[in-house]
Amino acid sequence: MPETPMPLWEVFIRNRSGLPHKHAGSVHAADATLALQAARDVYTRRGEAVSIWVVPSAAITASDPAEKGELFEPTASKIYRHPTFYKVPDEVGHM
Amino acid sequence: MSAAPSTTEPKRRESGSLPDTQGLFKYVVALADDALVLGHRLSQWSGRAPMLEEDIALSNLALDLIGQARLLYAYAGEIEGRGRDEDRLAYLRDEHAYSNVLLVEQPNGDFAATMVRQLAYAAFMHPYYQALTASTDRRLAEIAAKAVKEMAYHVRHAAEWVVRLGDGTEESHARAAAALEELWMYTGELFEMDAGERALVADGIAVDREALRPRWDATIDAVLAEATLKRPADRWMQSGGRSGRHTEHLGPMLAEMQVLHRAHPDATW
Repeated sequence: MPETPMPLWEVFIRNRSGLPHKHAGSVHAADATLALQAARDVYTRRGEAVSIWVVPSAAITASDPAEKGELFEPTASKIYRHPTFYKVPDEVGHM
Repeated sequence: MSAAPSTTEPKRRESGSLPDTQGLFKYVVALADDALVLGHRLSQWSGRAPMLEEDIALSNLALDLIGQARLLYAYAGEIEGRGRDEDRLAYLRDEHAYSNVLLVEQPNGDFAATMVRQLAYAAFMHPYYQALTASTDRRLAEIAAKAVKEMAYHVRHAAEWVVRLGDGTEESHARAAAALEELWMYTGELFEMDAGERALVADGIAVDREALRPRWDATIDAVLAEATLKRPADRWMQSGGRSGRHTEHLGPMLAEMQVLHRAHPDATW
């Protein structure tokens, strides 16, 4: 009996410091519930997580590395897009 | 008893008498034996599980149980006051001194059998530890508070798998059903209490096992229903583990578990 291949899921974890979910790796699992459990068992053994996202790898659309040039290099010469050309008054404090 | 801090001293009854130290020791060791034997069984899957993620999951479950066993053995050793630490209790007691229930010493079998066994045990120990957090024995209450969260995950993990195995392929359903039939006769022993344990229940130290039956039944029935598995018929239940009368499986398991320590008793690393 031919087996249906088990789907691959990408795992994203937010740790205690509250920064955005970071990609931690991937797991194979038959469905979403088991994927969450697998992610919990494989990637949160050392107290890394307060939140887990699992996403079917097939749902992710990634940029083509061959197109790096046209997608990202033009921005290098557009320094007017960086928010560094005004002075923050001292009374405002840290921004 | 050794000069231990007050947390290890059993609370006095209203009459002023102390609960029987021997009885308390026996009780705590039995809980520890359950955890250690099942933990060791699960660790036997390490490197052999059907898939990588499940290999790690089973090892995690094993470590949870072994961690519980360590805390319980350490406490038991203090209660006994004869200098026996967790290693001496785990590695230097023979089969007849082990008081675990027969369910946990059953061989792992296939993955379905392991998940059914885990479901039966965790569906009992989760509410058990919940109730134990209210124990008048502060040390046991603390151990229970930690174990409760672990057992909650064990129930969930085992239940999800039993559902998928039961409501799965023809083969997985057959294996799950066979595992249920095979292990059902060992589930009754979870609810047994001897006179010593009943006395500890009366003292507010231990938990009334019989009282947990409705909750255990509800969990099991819900999971089996979703798994399209039939609950096995009532039958005579196996017993004897608490008195050291074990099935033929515990001896070889302990031999393998204890051989290294017995060969090098004072080794440290």
